[in-house]
Amino acid sequence: MYSEEILKHFQNPQNVGAMEDADGFGQGTGGKKCPEDVAHFWIRVTQGRIAEVKQKTRGCPVAIAASSLTSVLAEGKTLEEAQQITEEKVAQVLGEMPERKLDSIVGPRALQAAIADYQVQQTK
Amino acid sequence: MEDIVYLDNAAATRLDERVLEVMKPYLFDTYAVATSQFGYLPGIEAKDALDAARGRMAAALGATLEEFIFTSGSTESSNLAIKGVAMALGEKKGRHIITTRIEDFAVLYSARALEKQGFQVTYLDVDKLGRVDLDRLRSAITPETILVSVQAANQEIGTLQDVAAIAELCQEHGVLFHTDATHSFPRVPLDVRQVPVDLVTVTAHLIHGPKGVGGLYVRKDTPLGKWMDGGFQEFNLRPGSENIPGAVGFAKAVELATPEETARLQGVRDRLIERLLQVPYSQLNGHPTLRLPHNANISFRFVEGESVLLHLDMRGFAVSTGSACFSRSLEASHVILGIGGNHERAHGSVRFTFGRFNKDEDVGAVAEAITEVIERLREISPLGKDR
Repeated sequence: MYSEEILKHFQNPQNVGAMEDADGFGQGTGGKKCPEDVAHFWIRVTQGRIAEVKQKTRGCPVAIAASSLTSVLAEGKTLEEAQQITEEKVAQVLGEMPERKLDSIVGPRALQAAIADYQVQQTK
Repeated sequence: MEDIVYLDNAAATRLDERVLEVMKPYLFDTYAVATSQFGYLPGIEAKDALDAARGRMAAALGATLEEFIFTSGSTESSNLAIKGVAMALGEKKGRHIITTRIEDFAVLYSARALEKQGFQVTYLDVDKLGRVDLDRLRSAITPETILVSVQAANQEIGTLQDVAAIAELCQEHGVLFHTDATHSFPRVPLDVRQVPVDLVTVTAHLIHGPKGVGGLYVRKDTPLGKWMDGGFQEFNLRPGSENIPGAVGFAKAVELATPEETARLQGVRDRLIERLLQVPYSQLNGHPTLRLPHNANISFRFVEGESVLLHLDMRGFAVSTGSACFSRSLEASHVILGIGGNHERAHGSVRFTFGRFNKDEDVGAVAEAITEVIERLREISPLGKDR
């Protein structure tokens, strides 16, 4: 049985949807054991903070829950703070899961890619 | 589990009370080990019950009493068939075995175990509906070939093989033929008087019989090594005290799995397939007509099977998926990949298998639930934006 935290996010995933005119977009795909899992993250940045985040995820319950939690954790954070949102941290908050499921935590990868995308655009 | 709509009858089935009733006397009253006719009375009675059960099992396959042995289930039966033939003929005749890529694990891993012992194994490809090509099989047979093992029906996608044609081809070439009929017996008839098959794996737990009982049909004079060491039971092929309640229950379960019931299940299956194919971007896995009467397997694009399974579970439906995320082996269904599907198709595959205790109205209920679930998961999926 999955943890309550996973079930909560799986049943009611947060910040679902695409964003028009996002400041940054990133994609994350699953590791070796779940290569079909994929997340897309969009962020809007205001004064160095993530003002809005949207995400879409295809994958197993852990993938869906992880993306939802990642998006919640990222909201309102500075970019530096948001860069600390790692797979390990998300896994820790989600609670107990089979070890192989770590490969399905695609949300943080997509978020970090979106932040990187934003930063690259800033330097242009 | 009474409030659950259970649609995973290819994994396990609910025991039928009528099966339990015939088993009870051999658990509480005549619980003796089967003895010879010169043993004590309860032992003779136990032996008689075992013989009667064996006779009924043999009759269901068109076999004679001496040609059917009881085992602990289909995994053991297939191990005995494949390794037993290898033991008997590996030195004498040759060390080549032919099977398919989409067999169940008992056959597949028995073959792999033999490979480690120096046997050569050919894993035949199947077509996109899951059928073995006879010409391909014919050209795979060599003078070294001792056994062909091709399943009667597939465990996941339900595709039936042309067992009769394969058996005849093997007979022509003087090669033994084993078929794993775990998922088809007795709903898809197989009569060994008509079909020259040498070894047939069957099991009780998928037809509302007890768990832990299976059987192997062994055609008279088929060379078969004793794979497990122990006593002299089951014509000295399968040691261990006989599971007499199990054997009696198995025979009863076979009797109860009538053609009328099979026809009902097929009707239910067809209605479900029709409903599920109305979901956009869905695809039937396996053969549209030559398939198990109680199996529907559909892939839904842009979603993952374990998430489908969990949402359905929350709504009270039990199904199965070929997604790697769900499998203990962490690998995507070798069957869906074997029929030329990609990882995405395996990822989104959902199997529905019906049994005696499913009601006709289960079809509408599960079709409605799955339509909702797929829609919900696609809303949060980044894939298929153009749909």
